[in-house]
Amino acid sequence: MSKGNSLFSPANKKLLFGPINMNNPITVQVLGICSALAVTAQLKPAFVMGISVTVVTAFSNLIISLLRNTIPPRIRIIVQLVVIAFLVIIVDQFLKAYVYDVSKQLSVFVGLIITNCIVMGRLEAFAMSSKPWPSFLDGIGNGLGYSLILIIVGFFRELLGSGSIWGYKVVPQAFYDFGYQDNGFMILPPMALILVGVIIWVQRSYSKELIEEE
Amino acid sequence: MFSNKYIFIYSSVMVVIVAILLALTSTLLKPAQDNNVKMEKMQMILKSANIEVGFEDAIEKYDEVITSEIVLNTKGEVIAEYTNGKFEKGDVRAFDIELKKELQKIEKGNPEDANLPLYVFVNKQDTLFIIPIHGKGLWGPVWGNIALKSDKETIAGVTFDHQGETPGLGAEISESKFQEQFVGKKIFDENGSFVSVKVVKGGVANSNINPMYGVDAVSGGTITSQGVDDMIRECLINYENFLKQ
Repeated sequence: MSKGNSLFSPANKKLLFGPINMNNPITVQVLGICSALAVTAQLKPAFVMGISVTVVTAFSNLIISLLRNTIPPRIRIIVQLVVIAFLVIIVDQFLKAYVYDVSKQLSVFVGLIITNCIVMGRLEAFAMSSKPWPSFLDGIGNGLGYSLILIIVGFFRELLGSGSIWGYKVVPQAFYDFGYQDNGFMILPPMALILVGVIIWVQRSYSKELIEEE
Repeated sequence: MFSNKYIFIYSSVMVVIVAILLALTSTLLKPAQDNNVKMEKMQMILKSANIEVGFEDAIEKYDEVITSEIVLNTKGEVIAEYTNGKFEKGDVRAFDIELKKELQKIEKGNPEDANLPLYVFVNKQDTLFIIPIHGKGLWGPVWGNIALKSDKETIAGVTFDHQGETPGLGAEISESKFQEQFVGKKIFDENGSFVSVKVVKGGVANSNINPMYGVDAVSGGTITSQGVDDMIRECLINYENFLKQ
């Protein structure tokens, strides 16, 4: 990588934006599904979870990439886990200090970012063999790709399940007076799976190259 | 290739650095986290008096409606009273008392040393006595507050919270559906003896317990429900002398 204008060269842009659509960690690689089901009943926790994962993937990618030539291959997974766990604990502490109510809602799922396959997958597949800046972009890209899906799912689950967005009621009372009811099913985790399925369907009918050949 | 010595040194140094950084973060963020815990405690106390406040408004509202914090001993005597921001008596704020430690004193057989916290809530309609409670669930501690009306026997509202009860089963104790059952129940019978409010497995309607003194347990959350039952009885009985005055 030459210096200067190459910070956002086409190759780097691809690292940043690829995972948001064509190489999305949830809808294309189908990773990180567990937390996508658990925290998306409302938009706010989904959003906070997305940011948390983005921070962890970006900085763990950066740190591991900086260390990559010093890490003994025999203990590389341990080193990666220590770095991820370290970042996750810091994120958790920050959430507890500044967004306490959301942190209570997310409960164990912040801690479980440690086991999120996206984070470790990016470290092994990318950061261990790439320079720091592209690794950092790759981390942000994958985090954003994950966040995007969480936010879409969270948006629809909260809208249809609770009639609100970000905690504010958006379905007018008049609707309820006419007999409209919130879909309680939307609050339950299985609906997240179905919504993720719908997103995959929409994405594949839009981008035909994602469809596997028979 | 990396030698074994290198690997040992590498991992030791890494662990030490990570430990130092984590300790540092934890120390720096502790005050903000403690403040959050405090606001949540206030929010819970207010909620038991049926006042819903946002997280940020908790301190202001608490100062407005909780007119005094009283510390009692098991004989029902007032040890300390903190009213409208200053001490009328003693020097302990009920809010700062760690209930768990006080209950341990009673368990160990030193009930005379225990400081029991009580909050007095005053608004236009009524004066409520709010009693914090603490006990054991299935996986960890459960706690909450019980607000009694000015007759000192009818429950005006309760809140329960838990650390890690099973979601969907035991964790239902923190849902309003479970808590609403307690409103209007009494903790003393007609003769004035303490009966507590029982959390009845299988439902009050199917048992021989007077529905005035019992609520339905959570289905699938038997041990948590039992924990709540024990918690209410064991905590309230310490206040019996005060409540009978």
